[in-house]
Amino acid sequence: MWLYEKKLQYPVRVSNPDSKMAKYIYTQFGGPNGELGAAVRYLSQRYTMPTGRGKGVLTDIGTEELAHWEMIATMVYKLTKGASITDIKQAGLGSHYAIWDSGIFPGDSNGVPFTTAYINVMGDPIADLHEDMAAEQKARATYENLIRLTDDVDLMDGLKFLREREVVHFQRFGETLDYIQGYMDSKKAF
Amino acid sequence: MVKQNMNPLQTVQELEFALVELNLYLDTHPNDQNALAAFNDFASRYATARATYEAQYGPLANFGNSGPTASWTWIDEPWPWEI
Ligand SMILES: [Fe+2]
Repeated sequence: MWLYEKKLQYPVRVSNPDSKMAKYIYTQFGGPNGELGAAVRYLSQRYTMPTGRGKGVLTDIGTEELAHWEMIATMVYKLTKGASITDIKQAGLGSHYAIWDSGIFPGDSNGVPFTTAYINVMGDPIADLHEDMAAEQKARATYENLIRLTDDVDLMDGLKFLREREVVHFQRFGETLDYIQGYMDSKKAF
Repeated sequence: MVKQNMNPLQTVQELEFALVELNLYLDTHPNDQNALAAFNDFASRYATARATYEAQYGPLANFGNSGPTASWTWIDEPWPWEI
C-alpha cells in the first residue's frame, strides 16, 4: 500500500518561465537516468532481496524517488506555465506540443517515451545493488548537467537538493551491498 | 534546527527531511542508538507539526491517514505543484 502526501518533499521554485529548461529537465521525468526509472527499478527489485535490510532500503529509497518524480513534474509544470506558442516553438517543444499539448508526458528531453528497458531486475541481489549504485551516479551526473544548463538560482536550489539525494542513496546502497555480500558469503556451503 | 517563525509547510518539510535521512541511515545502521533516539524525537515533533499544518490547510494524507474530517477538503486546490 502507498499513501499520497499532499505536499512536495522539498519546495520547487522557478524565477521565470523557461520552456527550454523544461525540455532539458524532462529527462529526469521519463529519461534513462530519471526518477521514474529509479522508483520502478528499486520497487521492483525489493521482492527478491534476501534480507530485511535490502527490502527496507529499496522500499524507502524507491518511495523517495516517487517524491522526486513529483518535484521534477512540478519544475516542468512551473517552467512551462503560460508559455505562448512562440515560446514553445523557440524552446524546441513544438513537436511535444503537437503530440501531447501541455501534458507532462513521461519521456526524455527529446520526447522519447519512457521504457522499462532503462532498468533491470536481475533477481541476483549483488547484480541489482551494483546497478542501483551506478544508477545513482548517473542521476547525480545528470543533475550536474542540468545545473550547468540554468542560471536560475531558484530552480538550481531544487536541482541541487535532488543531486544531493542521489549521493546519499549511493552511500546507503553501498552499505547495503557490503552487508548483503557478507550475508551471502556466510550462507555459502561448500 | 527548526525555527519557530517558519510557515507550517516548511516546518513539516524540514522535520520530514530529518526523518527521511534518519530512516535511510537506520536501514543500514539499525543498532545506532543515537540515531534511533533522534528519529524518535523528530517523529514526535513531526506529529505535532503535521497537526498544526492540517488545522490550517487541510489533510496531508489520503485514505483516512489524516484522521476524521468534518468536511471533505481533500480535493481543495492548490495541489502541491501549484504552490
Ligand atoms: Fe536516488
